[in-house]
Amino acid sequence: MAAVRVEEVLAAAEEQEAEKRRSVTVEKELELEFDLGNLLALDRNPPPGAALRGAGPRREALLRALARDNTQLLVAQLWELPAERAGGAGGPLVARLPEPAFRLPREKPPPRPRPPTRWEQFARLKGIRRRKRTSLVWDEQAKEWRRRWGYRRAGGDPARAWLAEVPAGADPEEDQFGRLRREKRERVARNELNRLRNLARAHRAGTAAPAAPLHPTGHQSREELGHVARVARVSTASLGRFQPRLPKEPAEPPSRSGGRKRRFEPLLGNLAAERSRQLDLLRDMGSKKPVLDITRAVNKQLRQEEAEAAAAKGKKQSQRGKRGRRQQRPGRSSK
Amino acid sequence: MRPLTEAETRAVFEKLGRYIGENIQLLVDRPDGTYCFRLHRDRVYYLSEKLLKVAASVPRDSLVSLGTCFGKFTKTQKFRLSVTALDFLAPYAKYKVWVKPGSEQSFLYGNHVLKSGLGRITENTAQYQGVVVFSMADVPLGFGVAAKSTQECRKVDPMAIVVFHQADVGEYVRNEDTLT
Repeated sequence: MAAVRVEEVLAAAEEQEAEKRRSVTVEKELELEFDLGNLLALDRNPPPGAALRGAGPRREALLRALARDNTQLLVAQLWELPAERAGGAGGPLVARLPEPAFRLPREKPPPRPRPPTRWEQFARLKGIRRRKRTSLVWDEQAKEWRRRWGYRRAGGDPARAWLAEVPAGADPEEDQFGRLRREKRERVARNELNRLRNLARAHRAGTAAPAAPLHPTGHQSREELGHVARVARVSTASLGRFQPRLPKEPAEPPSRSGGRKRRFEPLLGNLAAERSRQLDLLRDMGSKKPVLDITRAVNKQLRQEEAEAAAAKGKKQSQRGKRGRRQQRPGRSSK
Repeated sequence: MRPLTEAETRAVFEKLGRYIGENIQLLVDRPDGTYCFRLHRDRVYYLSEKLLKVAASVPRDSLVSLGTCFGKFTKTQKFRLSVTALDFLAPYAKYKVWVKPGSEQSFLYGNHVLKSGLGRITENTAQYQGVVVFSMADVPLGFGVAAKSTQECRKVDPMAIVVFHQADVGEYVRNEDTLT
């Protein structure tokens, strides 16, 4: 009995060992490719296609097992890297990863080329090319090579500029040092302004919507066609002033803002001018209003009718009245 | 807040002219100060220059009303005169209608004026002419449109409408929330 139990125990222990080893070793047909710098493991083994088709817990289990096996292999590779103790003797064991071999694609799109600045356009036009400047300049006074700009630059020592001559046509009372400082400040400000303008132009060029084509495509809306027609009208030598209009085309007054925005009078503008404009408008409106002919005519007609009706009634009344009075007189006199 | 454009001014003056005729220039050109019209959130306001300068310093979102509101432009850009303009229409009205005491109440509730409630009417009122409605004590009650000309008013039966109601001072109570 004891021997059987011992054998059983030994067999069970061996089984356990084998299982442990099995959980650590992974059998693969093709070896995996590792890029430990990116912690990447590439498995080129063909997947079990039939089993993966169709959703379900079996598929999930298969995928999970695949992931577990590959991760096991990757971790095994990591354990083989040269490791050291970080932070002295008691620190954690840290593996030194090699350089990443796999080139990851860009996360964001590449930067667009920015539009040329005003100077760049001018230089290209004139054919001016950039001359390489030396970084060191010979300083005559100090008799040595000094850098062009920065710490201890050539000619930049403020103690050197102790004299500022009054130029020929200037006011003798003017502060020359102040003038030099002010001019420098203005130059710096102008430079900054131009830099910001260039930035704004580049930014605007980047976000501008693509212009609608001017040639006829089959897919233009009514507004686009109207815009195109307007552009075509203005594209003559006299800027569209003598272009004849189609029979039903309305005459458009030239808009100074180029059709972009409604412009209103300023809120607190010239109130007297506004008043006079309103009075002129009233005068125009008053003059164009036709005299109420229709109502007067209708009233006249009605009055005539009334008068006729009254006259006719009066005649009838008077006639009847005479007869009536004749007839009634005896009655009345009796009363 | 902005001044009225040409088209908007024309619309406003046409509407006002239906009630006060050429007396509009007494509103535009006043001897006691410069008064002007301004548009704020589709409503037309009539105010003095002094008040305009003060109102210009109020932010647009916080500004509720300025001066006197004459009316508003609807979504289709038609001008609708409101009862708050009555103080300026009543003294300059060309065609007036006086309403009997019995039917004052009816008019103030928003009903039209019937022939039975008509006290007096200006001579030569045309049909569909803008009229200002007064009580017999010459208190302005509102304004409307004459449904019949003066001549026709004489002949029509007592239950016929002679003045279409457009605005009355009862709206100050009824439409308290929407008046500005």
